[in-house]
Amino acid sequence: MPTRKFPGQYENLAKIGEFVSEIAKEAGFDSAQVYSVQLAVDEACTNIIEHGYGGEGRGDILCSCDTTDDGIIIVIKDWGQQFEPDEIADPNFEVPLEELQSRGAGMFLMKKIMDEVKYKFDKFKGNTLTMKKRK
Amino acid sequence: MEISTTAYNRCNLVKVSGRIDSNTAPDLEKAFNELIEGGDGIVFDMAEVEFISSRGLWVLLETQKACKKKKSKLVLVNVAEDMMESLDLAGVKHFIEIYTDVTAAVGSF
Repeated sequence: MPTRKFPGQYENLAKIGEFVSEIAKEAGFDSAQVYSVQLAVDEACTNIIEHGYGGEGRGDILCSCDTTDDGIIIVIKDWGQQFEPDEIADPNFEVPLEELQSRGAGMFLMKKIMDEVKYKFDKFKGNTLTMKKRK
Repeated sequence: MEISTTAYNRCNLVKVSGRIDSNTAPDLEKAFNELIEGGDGIVFDMAEVEFISSRGLWVLLETQKACKKKKSKLVLVNVAEDMMESLDLAGVKHFIEIYTDVTAAVGSF
């Protein structure tokens, strides 16, 4: 599986996006789907830098991506803090604008865009996020 | 990401080219905040925005909150079809008007 390592800095989000977009195009996704895949990966990597590592320049992100029989698989590894994905609630939009909260928006987008989002945490081997999307 | 601003009678037209992600969103936030201080509304022309992450979408929602306090508003124009789904999922369409041409967007003020 094609794999690239990126230092965990926000300026690398564009490069990570390019990397997965190229493979999404190879998988035969249309432009809206390529955009969505890029967005899901951007949200995942932003969360790793912001919450996993607690800031920029504190660890790497290993991104692997490949076409499958029916779409794309993306595996993202990091060595940051573990968290409990099920404890992050979906954002609530049925509130007045003034009460709207941003927390959870990134993961909500990932779950809505991708067909499969799975986290595996390992203190020694690192954290693995696997995402799949079908055409 | 590049930001340009044009002042109209009742609003400012802000145009951005490039990506709006966690790396660039703070710059857009700063540009919007300066305009909000002036009290006029904002038309955000997204024709040349290649990508906007939830961090960027959150800047739009926070800007709308701040505009409302000043009895003004933020509206969007020229949103690419590819990014419409994410604007819908992130609640942006629920809280921000979206126009298809700049004249109508500026005329809404």
